[in-house]
Amino acid sequence: MTRAAARAASHRLAPLRARSRSWLRCAPLITVALFLAPIVAGLLGTLLPAFGWLPAIGGREFTLGPWARLFSAPGIGAAIALTVGTGLVATVLSVVLVFGLCAQLHGRTPGRAGRGLMAPILAAPHAAMAIGLGFLIAPSGWVVRLLSPWLTGWHQPPDIATVQDPYGIALTLGLLVKEVPYLLLMTITALGQVSAARQLEAAATLGYGRTVAWLKLILPQIYPQIRLPIYAVLAYALSVVDMSLILGPGNPPTLSVLALRWFTAPDIRMYFPAAAAALLQLAIVLASILLWRSGETVIAHLGRRWIAQGARRTRLAPLTRIAAAAVAGLAGLGLASLIDLGVWSVADGWPFPQLLPKHWSAHTWTRQFSMVAWPLETTLIVAVLASALALLLVLGCLENEQRSGRAATLRALWLLYVPLLVPQIAFLFGAQVLLTVVHLEGSLIAVIWSHLLFVLPYVFLCLAEPWRSLDARYARTALCLGTPPRRVFLRIKLPLLLRPILVAVAIGVAVSVDQYLPTLLVGAGRVVTLTTEAVALASGGDRRITGVFALLQSLIPLAAYALAIGLPARLQFHRRQAGGET
Amino acid sequence: MAASWKSILAQARGQTVYFDAWAGDVRMDAYIAWVGQQVSACCDVTLRQVPLEATSQAVSQVIAEKAAGDNTDGTVDLIWINGPNFYALKRRGLLYGPFTQRLPNYALVNTRDPSNLYDFTVAVGGYESPWRKAQLVFVYNSAYVKHVPLSIQAFPAWAKRHPGRFTFPQVQNFLGVAFLEQALYALTPDPAVLLRPVRAADFAEVTAPLWAWYDRLRPYLWRHGREFPASGPAERELLEDGEIDMMPSFNPTEAAADVEAGLLPRTVRTVVLAHGTIGNTSFVAIPYNSPHKAGAMVVANFLLSPAAQARAGNIRYLGGPTVLDLAKLSPAQRARFTSLPASPWVPRRAALQRVLPEPHPSWARRLAEAWERRYTP
Repeated sequence: MTRAAARAASHRLAPLRARSRSWLRCAPLITVALFLAPIVAGLLGTLLPAFGWLPAIGGREFTLGPWARLFSAPGIGAAIALTVGTGLVATVLSVVLVFGLCAQLHGRTPGRAGRGLMAPILAAPHAAMAIGLGFLIAPSGWVVRLLSPWLTGWHQPPDIATVQDPYGIALTLGLLVKEVPYLLLMTITALGQVSAARQLEAAATLGYGRTVAWLKLILPQIYPQIRLPIYAVLAYALSVVDMSLILGPGNPPTLSVLALRWFTAPDIRMYFPAAAAALLQLAIVLASILLWRSGETVIAHLGRRWIAQGARRTRLAPLTRIAAAAVAGLAGLGLASLIDLGVWSVADGWPFPQLLPKHWSAHTWTRQFSMVAWPLETTLIVAVLASALALLLVLGCLENEQRSGRAATLRALWLLYVPLLVPQIAFLFGAQVLLTVVHLEGSLIAVIWSHLLFVLPYVFLCLAEPWRSLDARYARTALCLGTPPRRVFLRIKLPLLLRPILVAVAIGVAVSVDQYLPTLLVGAGRVVTLTTEAVALASGGDRRITGVFALLQSLIPLAAYALAIGLPARLQFHRRQAGGET
Repeated sequence: MAASWKSILAQARGQTVYFDAWAGDVRMDAYIAWVGQQVSACCDVTLRQVPLEATSQAVSQVIAEKAAGDNTDGTVDLIWINGPNFYALKRRGLLYGPFTQRLPNYALVNTRDPSNLYDFTVAVGGYESPWRKAQLVFVYNSAYVKHVPLSIQAFPAWAKRHPGRFTFPQVQNFLGVAFLEQALYALTPDPAVLLRPVRAADFAEVTAPLWAWYDRLRPYLWRHGREFPASGPAERELLEDGEIDMMPSFNPTEAAADVEAGLLPRTVRTVVLAHGTIGNTSFVAIPYNSPHKAGAMVVANFLLSPAAQARAGNIRYLGGPTVLDLAKLSPAQRARFTSLPASPWVPRRAALQRVLPEPHPSWARRLAEAWERRYTP
């Protein structure tokens, strides 16, 4: 049965819908209120000081002073160029590599092993990955150690900027390691929704090579579905703070780091140029998205001509092989980075150029336990509560959507993406001022809310498809038997959708653990998580301890995924034993 | 006064003190955690370290709270502070005090040491309580270099012979700017101007010899002076890996403690420049709007106890000279300090006698700004 028919059927069952629906109708409203209102208010709270207005610290007239101060700052030109350069290059390369890999591999499944290897990279927070990659590619890192001194002749690490280089190459590499697997996952999900295999077969009978068929036939169909994820990657790459702090240069840093530096400067007047910088960051992101959009139009135009020419072969084929190799290389780098974290955390003396530590020891883990306990607890509380809250709201919205028969429009989907497209720094500044006014800054509640902004979209995106495609006949049968909708929801839909629900929660946990800037700014430094600790430690100190924090930070999302996948199997096993439903 | 301290102890019971302290030195974090255990056991005060990447974050926090009218329920109870950050808060009247005279252990402080009374030339006036001493030293790896410069003037020539083997933290970091201040002391014709606010001096004229010297040094710095480590600990990693051979440090016993912790090779040594180096005292201060002032005072008092000072002086934990006057201690208390383990990595005591006072805090910012303007690409 088609979804439209199911919806029509559910309309006819309207009288069966109980009165208890009223709170449900509010779910989308609550969601939007929790969600968009603070972002808009936060943006306003950044906009006004950017033009000199913030009476609390003496800004009582509108002026362009903050902008003059911003553009006369030393190195501002280089900072903007660095920001735009790393963001655009990382996104373009990510997209090209993912499409290249899919064109090369499609039809041949990547296999369980491949997906298993991707999971840790997807789950690892950006900060942990950046720390691990920094360890790996530093002049004294594993890569150089592997080649020294037998090949390079180096007995001391070379004086070459392989991390924090002025061109942002290390930062770009870090972004690629994290964003390529993400876009790949999004692309694979989109591929599942077009009958790609059959179409490729048909193309093959018409004499099209595999690569060219994928590019001409499949890509145009799936692109609209991965457009928003690509924009999210673009916005993220342009404005990321934690990765820039760890892998990016310091003199000058990227624009978002510069804004953060000014924001926390002892001279409170620096708040004004900081707000201007945050706003400029927003403008750069919006302009880049527009640029990308026009790029899409141009490529679509050229692509149509290319498709119409009907060539069965393409010279791009060898390039897709390079792309596949590059993705494999990036995955290798990502995994090696995580392993490097683990090795540092148990190293006891590891002088250059030894490939492995002189001694191994669990000392760092045992000695750091008391220091890890508090941030670990906070990380878990925030992650679990933000994900649970997000799940509640998303389930409310989806259930309301089914009972009212109104599916979320494309515009609603865009709203959901707002927190992922607006640079965090642009609205978190303003949000912090607002939170101070209502005395919530530095509170756990405020931090949970700030995480919710980023957790909720992912939970929604993850759960919407399985929820909507659940066979409506289960629910209808139960309704016809007189089961109230609440019971249908609790006893039928929830158990049937347990696995996607748990996976969505696990993704929520991963997204929450990833958050650095919201925790730092909204938490006012008082809410300390593994993430804020790991980034602070990464600025130098004891790599063994940094390794412990970053590794733990990566293990939480992995453990959440493992639970999400393992738990339903166990539950269902028990249910079968008890001879219950399903 | 005993009675009033008793009432402070009573008030402090059950309070949670948020201690904003620069984090990044793991041994310091562990020491603060130990302090937390002690004050929890003795006085029922819970200590929470709020780790900062820069103390200025706490300063801007307090200023922002003042701006928002948050006059009684601030989020910061105690700040590890000194120099420009102290000056920034005190100037605006955002510190609680004077309170040090109310701390019983303050009677043990060495008040003959001017750096315990003047923080970067600004009179402390009881608005912050001393707890650590620091002095600029240079740590080098004797496995790679035998001779190190013992004067600022000798740095460019040394660096030319050892290109890429020396660096210092970025100037946004206090240690980075302290290195510039040290150089300015040695190079400017009349260093006395540094003790007065920068606006009283002709900045361009005073600093001209500094920039001339730096231009000769810069090409031979690590990464050709284009990139700098973010902080002291980041720089220490470079020394550990052998990326550099020498670095400045603000803790004369840092090398010793790092060797103990397995963070530096045993071949490192510590030197002080021949004509003395900048030294200062680290303090703790209480913001005017802290809701837990009694608890904060209990912590400040504990930091001054012979037990806490002796542990801080022990290179196994932190290492460093004490702010107490050993003559004021009982023989048993004194023994805690005289029995501290010795270390071959600590500079001779005599070398540490020549301490130059910190310049007025206004110099640090002007120097950092001028450096940024000149050397940011």
